Amino acid sequence: MAPVAYRVTSRTRETEDTVTIGIVPVTESIPTPAAGQFCMLYAPRVGEVPISVSGVEASQSRLLHTIRAVGAVTKALCALDVGDVVGVRGPYGTAWGVEAAAGGDLLLVAGGIGLAPLRPVVHEVLRRRRRFRRVTLLVGARSPDEMVFRGEIASWQASARMEVRTTVDYATAAWKGDVGVVTTLIERLTIDPEVTVAMVCGPEVMMRFAAAGVMAQGVAPQRVLASLERTMQCGIRRCGHCQLGGLFICSEGPVLPWSRVAPLLARREL
Amino acid sequence: MPSRESDIATPRLVIDVAGLQSLIDSLRGDGYRVVGPTVRDGAIVLAEMSDVAELPRGWADDQRPGGYRLTRREDGAFFGHSVSAATWKHHLFPPEVVSWQARVDTEGIHVEAPAAPARYALLGLRACDLAAIAVQDRVLMQTAHPDRDYAARRERALLIAVNCAAPSGSCFCTSMGTGPRATAGHDLALTELVGDGEGPARSAQVPAGAERNDAGAGHRFLVEVGSERGAAAISALRASPPSASDLDAAAAVWSSAAARVDRSLDTAGLPGLLMRNLEHPRWDLVAERCLSCANCTLVCPTCFCVDLREAGGLDPRHAEQHRVWASCFSVDHSQLHGGSMRWSARARYRQWMTHKLATWHEQFGTSGCVGCGRCITWCPAGIDITEEAAAIRATDGLTGPPTRARG
Repeated sequence: MAPVAYRVTSRTRETEDTVTIGIVPVTESIPTPAAGQFCMLYAPRVGEVPISVSGVEASQSRLLHTIRAVGAVTKALCALDVGDVVGVRGPYGTAWGVEAAAGGDLLLVAGGIGLAPLRPVVHEVLRRRRRFRRVTLLVGARSPDEMVFRGEIASWQASARMEVRTTVDYATAAWKGDVGVVTTLIERLTIDPEVTVAMVCGPEVMMRFAAAGVMAQGVAPQRVLASLERTMQCGIRRCGHCQLGGLFICSEGPVLPWSRVAPLLARREL
Repeated sequence: MPSRESDIATPRLVIDVAGLQSLIDSLRGDGYRVVGPTVRDGAIVLAEMSDVAELPRGWADDQRPGGYRLTRREDGAFFGHSVSAATWKHHLFPPEVVSWQARVDTEGIHVEAPAAPARYALLGLRACDLAAIAVQDRVLMQTAHPDRDYAARRERALLIAVNCAAPSGSCFCTSMGTGPRATAGHDLALTELVGDGEGPARSAQVPAGAERNDAGAGHRFLVEVGSERGAAAISALRASPPSASDLDAAAAVWSSAAARVDRSLDTAGLPGLLMRNLEHPRWDLVAERCLSCANCTLVCPTCFCVDLREAGGLDPRHAEQHRVWASCFSVDHSQLHGGSMRWSARARYRQWMTHKLATWHEQFGTSGCVGCGRCITWCPAGIDITEEAAAIRATDGLTGPPTRARG
């Protein structure tokens, strides 16, 4: 389970505590991740953490990971410079399954850094836009400064190839988007429930309300996909930390249909 | 008493005490480190050994919820005790191992070839211990990402079971279908026949294969061969074929041991029962007693949760990761940056017990409990997993605030 060495080739500050690093293999590379999967990133001599893949440039084997500095390892990863070596294992976990939504409508709902694992979905959709009908992206953040991928979101909005709505809990004078939690945007959408697949990623409480909002418009719980977060140390069903009921979130998840996780999330402290 | 004809599936022979010593000697000569039960600090633990004199001869154990005492027995049995305090997990899945080490520099992460782990001959495994190893095999080897260290230790290990003659008050293997007799997974399985005195080394007197007079049979062991590796291990020993009375005596040990297991766990529909009672008030009651000390997970022969810890030391170019036992009873086991997912003792006990008895089935196609009873014995509060399951079964569907009335 030793990591493979990658080299940092780009480093972009997203917000005050969040950085996106681009990495390429030093020699050996891992298999190409699918949208929704994560890698175990290793900050040499500090430790390993699971981080969602936020972008894949398969032609160059280049991977992007967007990391929020909340602990010792994520702080070390955020502090890496271009040229530094980082360890990678993976990719692990389930993918969103973008292809399964082809031919229908796609609704993406992101809260905070939850946009990171959804970003490869947007890229995939934009590459093959005609395979999908209506595509809608709802993005929420606590404040404008805490919204990740701001420049890219603006370019998606400008391209008019998909509907993009943004909202913040606390606005500034310059803010042009909505104000309020991201789930309130769902109520204002017109959803065609038979053909819509919803992909939701954000804080657990946000995902509960988002799933409820989407299902209130008639979308079946099997068509609502959520990406869950639990402590993981191995990523391969061995360390035991990420269990939720009988699920190992690292392997049966992180992307799971709401129909499967709702009964588990309904239990406090499961 | 079981028919001895029905049991003749594997090669069997008989060795005496000197033969057991010869077995240990030859295993050591073959490069095995022999580990078996021994008495230390008032308990039967597992240690590397070279002499039968190190075995807990003449000792028995009294185990019950929250209690463990060694007692003497008069018959001089080497294995007249129940399960050891420590588990064999210490040798196949040790508390701390190096999972990998590497030199790290600006050119990459250069992983060093792992050292080969020790080659163990484990002597004195009980049937429940073999069942536990089979469970760990599923969790750690029969998976998409096998644990390299476990697989290496397991592949090199020789498993010598000793059939239980004296189950303890905590044992419930008969409910779990795992004992008390070793029927699978062993390389060799011994049944100790204490006989009517140690006597001279019989196999030295009687050539292998010769007819013997069994009158006055001494202290001996019926050996059942479970694998080619087991057969090779005893090929050089002086042994004799079992007599009719040897087989009768062994069968008597097996059946009387089974009859002495008096604790039970009703496993019928148990996963469903527990998972539909996640809000049962019994969890609140047990949480009032549970100290979250993690003793049960430390002595459990199947618990596999680990932390992966960085342990690079002072050399700035050296990195290594250690795999260290972890326990779902610690608050930080489920720690995310927002806090612990299971901050209450109620949630943590519920996680442990539902994992053992319920969700393990959907994850690994087997129960996570083998009925060894160690968690019952070594719980300082005397919490008994069989009693907890029975209490929920007796009041299936109950919700609301706990009451102290016990069913």
